[in-house]
Amino acid sequence: MKTWTALGVGLLGLVATGAQAQTIYPISRAEILAGSKFDFKVEFPGAPAQGAVKVTINGQDPAIALGQSAKFVEKEDGGDLSAYWIRGAQISKPGAYIVEASLGDKKATVKWEVFGTPQRKAKNVILFVGDGLSVPHRTAARILSKGIVEGKYNGELAMDEMPHMALVSTSGTDSVVTDSANAMSAYTTGHKSCVNALGVYCAKNKSTLDHPKVETIGELAKRRNGGMSVGVVSNSEIEDATPAGMVSHTRRRADFNDIVKMFYDVKPDVILGGGSPNFLAKSTPGSKRTDEDDYIKKFEADGYKFVSTKQEMQAAAKAGSSKVLGLFNTGNIDGALDLKILKKGTVSKFPDQPDLVEQTKAALDVLSKNPNGFMLMVESARIDKYAHSLDAERTIYDTIMLDNAVKAAKDFVANRDDTLIIVVGDHAHPVSIIGTYDDDTPGNQLRDKLGTYAEAKYPNYPAPNADGYPEKVDVSRRLAFVFGSYPDYCDLGRPYMNGENVPAVKAADGKTYVANEEYCKDPMAARRTGNLPLDANSGVHSADDLVLTAMGPGSEMFKARVDNTYVFRVMATALGLGQ
Amino acid sequence: MTDHPHLSLTRRRFSIGAALALFASPARAAEWISFDTLYKSFGVRGFEFADRIVALKGQEVSLTGYMAPPLRAESTFFVLTREPLAICPFCQSDADWPVDIVVIYLKAETPLVSAGAKIIVSGRLEVGSWTDPDSGFVSQIRIADASYRRV
Ligand SMILES: [Zn+2]
Repeated sequence: MKTWTALGVGLLGLVATGAQAQTIYPISRAEILAGSKFDFKVEFPGAPAQGAVKVTINGQDPAIALGQSAKFVEKEDGGDLSAYWIRGAQISKPGAYIVEASLGDKKATVKWEVFGTPQRKAKNVILFVGDGLSVPHRTAARILSKGIVEGKYNGELAMDEMPHMALVSTSGTDSVVTDSANAMSAYTTGHKSCVNALGVYCAKNKSTLDHPKVETIGELAKRRNGGMSVGVVSNSEIEDATPAGMVSHTRRRADFNDIVKMFYDVKPDVILGGGSPNFLAKSTPGSKRTDEDDYIKKFEADGYKFVSTKQEMQAAAKAGSSKVLGLFNTGNIDGALDLKILKKGTVSKFPDQPDLVEQTKAALDVLSKNPNGFMLMVESARIDKYAHSLDAERTIYDTIMLDNAVKAAKDFVANRDDTLIIVVGDHAHPVSIIGTYDDDTPGNQLRDKLGTYAEAKYPNYPAPNADGYPEKVDVSRRLAFVFGSYPDYCDLGRPYMNGENVPAVKAADGKTYVANEEYCKDPMAARRTGNLPLDANSGVHSADDLVLTAMGPGSEMFKARVDNTYVFRVMATALGLGQ
Repeated sequence: MTDHPHLSLTRRRFSIGAALALFASPARAAEWISFDTLYKSFGVRGFEFADRIVALKGQEVSLTGYMAPPLRAESTFFVLTREPLAICPFCQSDADWPVDIVVIYLKAETPLVSAGAKIIVSGRLEVGSWTDPDSGFVSQIRIADASYRRV
């Protein structure tokens, strides 16, 4: 009993000290690219005066290691903490760095690894991010676009046919399950951070734009190797988390208007996506800005060719434009199933949108003219968005579209060995293929139609067209691609032919979500009681590891299990960005 | 889908619409307008309102649409959309709401029980950029001093 009490007190003591200890950014076990820029911050709780604190790096004044002296902010943001800052710090010498911060008898210690890079191996890097791309997405895309007979596929996905592979873990500093902002930030900066954050550590700053920054690969590529070209391509709004991760520093991914400015500050040579309203001056009908800045005009004034249709984009690439800004939709660009087969979504409003494949080809045309090489990021964004909305067919078709874009990149490197290609998700979704739904199975409930094990047989999608898409998706025996997290909803077990699934709608209380009764009217609909909290309106991400595939110079570094931050390390090493 | 930066809206008891209602002209037969005919052009560089819409500025109009889920159950302020909207446009990143919305300022604070329902709104048409002083919500077209009924 005595021992138990002592242990309890001991634990409490630890907890109390832990809660009050000073916090150092970058955090412990950070891997920092030699010469990359980062903000060094120490937060001292209790708002002590400068004279009361001591900060050292490898036992010396941080100014020696970081090349500039610190700024001390007492009671930062009027709060109960003082901050020690060296913004825009750089360390050029690789090695281990021990950072200590003391206040009275309280001392915090973190250890950084600063890594250099050997001789540059790759001229170019193409990073394909399938947002939410999970292993079942690859399986389903392969079944639909290649076909399978007697257990063997009739062909390989371009993304599967690569010599190197790794298992990638995605958890952040704050949580086991992460989001696309934090996940992309790990790829583009090499630092772990928290949900909703892009290119910053999550400190206690009040302004979302003041948190300690770490440099992105978009910024690094621009200022290293004599100035590489940078491309950011997505079918989401270009301000959305994944494309924003190439250029942005904000604690809050929803800062779309600030993110547009960050794009403008970094100036990627190719910017292709949706989301035009945040580029338009507030007084323009359709704008979502809160100021009078017209960013389309600003980019044009800086020599960018602005394009808003596929035809214009392809003409700009053909005409030899070296800088292209393409915004093809006010929201997200329509996904492959709507764009190619069903013509739903916003296809009638925006009839000449490019798909991800055409965007990738145009980007490669423009970027490959730079003799210093390029860093291109291509995101298939709606794999994630359709997984959130529990829309199986749309999430699968957008995986096929990603694969076609990968194929275009492989065609680009066919006669060269100077380009590293990586294909990876950013976080997983809890999705799985559990069999098939067969309309011809007797029964009047959806579960009667589900074939499992031997009864599943194979689905009867028609052979895919030349682009790998089956042109009929509402077939009589289709994949049962199911979702492990969901709000209350009515499951149809078949494709949403009239537009993306809207599983749940807001309840009359204005807070919680209830099943969208529109679908519940269907005689075969299965009403599912949600397994998520009541304020969820769609499925959520999962913490499952991802499969990464890669080819080209530098790809041999991928093996076994790695953290998502390691993807940055491989790209930076291949490009020799730490020279 | 994980970001939920809740805007803090302060309770708005007297809308501009309500104040202006004091000077409104006597009711006339409302002109019918529709989401399909609001714009002359609609593209990524913004949109232009149709000539008829501009001409109807300040007049009584009726418009059919869907009430977007409101921020709270009782308000004078909500968003009318062309299609039913699953999400509360104020509750999530502004990335999520459509561009072609019409903001409604009701004559009086009303329990907004019809979220997601098809409704007909009648009131005075306002066209031009306007930033709601309480929410910071920017709108280009509004129906003020409005009332609504379910279809
Ligand atoms: Zn997501």
